[in-house]
Amino acid sequence: MSHELRGSSAIVGVGLAGCGEAPGRMPLDILAEATHNALDDAGLKLSDVDGLFTGSSYHFMPTLSTAEYLGIKPRFSDGSMVGGSSFVAHTLNAAMAIKNGLCDVALICYGSNQRTAGGKLATMSEQQIYEAPYKPRYPISSYALAAARHMHQYGTTREQMADVAVAARQWAQLNPAAFARDDLTRQDVLNSRMISDPLSLLDCCLVTDGGGAVIMVSSERAKDFPNKPVYLLGTGTAHWHRQITQMPDLTTTAAVDSGKRAFAMAGLTKDDVDVVELYDAFTINTILFLEDLGFCAKGEGGAFVENGGIAPGGRLPVNTNGGGLSCVHPGMYGIFILIEAIQQLRGGCGARQVKDPEIALVNGNGGVLSSQVTTLLGTEATL
Amino acid sequence: MASSNPKFAGPGPDQIYLDHLRQQNFSLPKCLSCGEFHFFPRVVCPHCGSYDLEWQALSGKAEVYSTTTIRRKPERGGNYNVSLITLEEGPRLMSRVEGIDPELVSIGAKVSASINNEGDEPFVVFTPMQESK
Repeated sequence: MSHELRGSSAIVGVGLAGCGEAPGRMPLDILAEATHNALDDAGLKLSDVDGLFTGSSYHFMPTLSTAEYLGIKPRFSDGSMVGGSSFVAHTLNAAMAIKNGLCDVALICYGSNQRTAGGKLATMSEQQIYEAPYKPRYPISSYALAAARHMHQYGTTREQMADVAVAARQWAQLNPAAFARDDLTRQDVLNSRMISDPLSLLDCCLVTDGGGAVIMVSSERAKDFPNKPVYLLGTGTAHWHRQITQMPDLTTTAAVDSGKRAFAMAGLTKDDVDVVELYDAFTINTILFLEDLGFCAKGEGGAFVENGGIAPGGRLPVNTNGGGLSCVHPGMYGIFILIEAIQQLRGGCGARQVKDPEIALVNGNGGVLSSQVTTLLGTEATL
Repeated sequence: MASSNPKFAGPGPDQIYLDHLRQQNFSLPKCLSCGEFHFFPRVVCPHCGSYDLEWQALSGKAEVYSTTTIRRKPERGGNYNVSLITLEEGPRLMSRVEGIDPELVSIGAKVSASINNEGDEPFVVFTPMQESK
């Protein structure tokens, strides 16, 4: 028997705003514009929203600040903070709230002015007192340590990681809304300035502004809206550590568990997945998540991605918007992978559209490979 | 109000760890139930959930689990190493390997702990261990 949350709710509106550069605008300005666009897309008004799900690096009590700004009085709010994976995790909490009648119209939203506000990663994170004396760069050094260990243990190469960035760029070149669209070669990545070995500048995600919003309702109502509904088939969450020193094995993330949970809820396997959106803060992420979600065996992620394996026309369409590496990455990226997956399932993505996808997988990452959240979305045919 | 349970009396584990380092003593809590050491120091064993812990000195013998060179301009002090180090007793911590070019630190290398007293508070660093015959 399938899980009661499988297909119980659906996304009926998505909106983006300020992606790239939005000078002079504050995070909540961008969030509110994305919300406007998502509501417009769904044919709803702000006053229809009675469930709010958000996270922030700027507002200590993000649901309070966001609802205040928007002038809404939600019946149900959730500001669960698991870094960039928060917005993917919110899909599960929104589905539960909708299923239990705690809200009818759930808004999941985010906005950031990271780029034009100076390019620094805004954070309210506490200092990690046992790491601070050694001056790691946060967060890149943690990912660099994972990459170095993966290279040592499995023979993964910088060239293979570079191919992740090249594939993302090739997808971005098919997406007019992507931020970085110039030609990019493997050699360009290898030649870019080393920051924290083995990760160089072009192994790192962009720093942009941007906001995104998603509207969820119960499946019973989903067909009353203008767009083709996209159904939530399953979400799984998992976290095994906070600081990189506490990660049990630097080559294996908790996506092993979040993936299993999401697939179990959805009653699906990786062979059912048509399009994949992974949180690529750094090139090593994509390799780790493809392995941990079962798309290839542990240690074979490098071979899986090399020579265009995940580029347009490759063996698996991954990060079809251009990813955090080439499309958009305003501090936290989770909402954007969700939106790209939804847009792919709706169709109409133009040159980057994957052919007739029915099922999309989204994997959000938070902290330093710390929180993993996997979501499976499907078209009506998958119910 | 101070805890009436003697297990939780006195300073907490962060304070005890630092007090040991100030006395040039590198120690961590060891679980009296499962026998495992843990890092960072806590009041509960993260391996088995026991609250029965005892501070014990470490051998200082360790191995590099992973390593990165952080690139920094020479005028700002130059490149430096950040490593994850697995202690002989099991726990893993962040540190740096000194006495060797940062780029030459390699995964699997044997290292030994020492206490760096140059900052405001002492912290543990590692140096390459001489190969024993």
